[in-house]
Amino acid sequence: MYVWIWRHLPGPLTVRLLQVLLLVLAVSALLLFVIFPWIEPHLPINQVTVPAQK
Amino acid sequence: MPKHSMVAEPPAASPPSARASMTTGDKVRLVLRGIGQTLITLGLVVLLFVVYEVWITNLFARAENDRIAHKLEQQFAKGDDPILTLPGGGDSTIPIGTGIANIYLPRLGSDYHWTIVEGDDQESLAKGPGHYPQTALPGQRGNFGVAGHRVGKGEPFLNLDKLKSGDAVIIETESDWYVYRVLGSPVGKDPQNLTVQVKDTAGGTHTVPGREIVDPSAGRVLLPIPNDTNSADKPAEALMTMTTCHPKFTAAQRMIVHAKLTGTVAPLMQDGKRVEKMPPAIRELYSEVKS
Repeated sequence: MYVWIWRHLPGPLTVRLLQVLLLVLAVSALLLFVIFPWIEPHLPINQVTVPAQK
Repeated sequence: MPKHSMVAEPPAASPPSARASMTTGDKVRLVLRGIGQTLITLGLVVLLFVVYEVWITNLFARAENDRIAHKLEQQFAKGDDPILTLPGGGDSTIPIGTGIANIYLPRLGSDYHWTIVEGDDQESLAKGPGHYPQTALPGQRGNFGVAGHRVGKGEPFLNLDKLKSGDAVIIETESDWYVYRVLGSPVGKDPQNLTVQVKDTAGGTHTVPGREIVDPSAGRVLLPIPNDTNSADKPAEALMTMTTCHPKFTAAQRMIVHAKLTGTVAPLMQDGKRVEKMPPAIRELYSEVKS
């Protein structure tokens, strides 16, 4: 997969490296700010409450 | 360098016909490499998730809590108390997710401050420690329940286990500075196995520990008299209960710290207006934990 992406990036080495960096940042941002906040409430690791009763 | 060897292999060097003439060995290698890369990628994603949990969510929570704290400060300055008791005797309805009071824990440092928000749902708790809406309000008789995250989301209760018996838990509302103290006698000790007697209105006493580790379903710790399921008993004292997860990074159990109201200090006033500054009597509490 990574080899395939690398082969399809245009331009000389420095330009390609820059594009790789951008791709990595974009994927990281997508994970950190969209995907993780979305799946996190469904995980059981963040329960800090006990059921309150009146 | 391996990177260069990859680059030195231009697309033209692998003509389309190469794929057709792949041997079985080539195919196996291709599949194995694909599996390997997928696993490495998943590993990196999991690592990134850890970074998100313990670091990024803290940034979000702190920023959000600071915003709420600023809003509450403006409310206080206007004399607008979100937890005002209504003339009829009931409590005003507090919008979920808004600030109600500030909490200071001298044991955890002079920079420890959070604004407690109303609500014990995930969304509210992502903004800071949250007040269980069904429980008493600060200063009231009964049990003022507050939940907070242990890891991530600002981790307000990360070091809740560092509190010792007798340690001050300061709650600042518009009308008062309340000083709760972690239960347990003698003071200055690990409160895990220490208890005190808490009175009810009929003169009865109930044993309440300073700190306890309970099952996630143990809602009884939030009762007006903690762990006393007899609803006929009415609390004669103002208690506070803080809940967080235990052990760290898991949700297997809950760590509970109980405290009792021991003092009330009036806010500083200037020209009939409330001043956003710690009264000297509250400031003194910070010198207690240094010794």
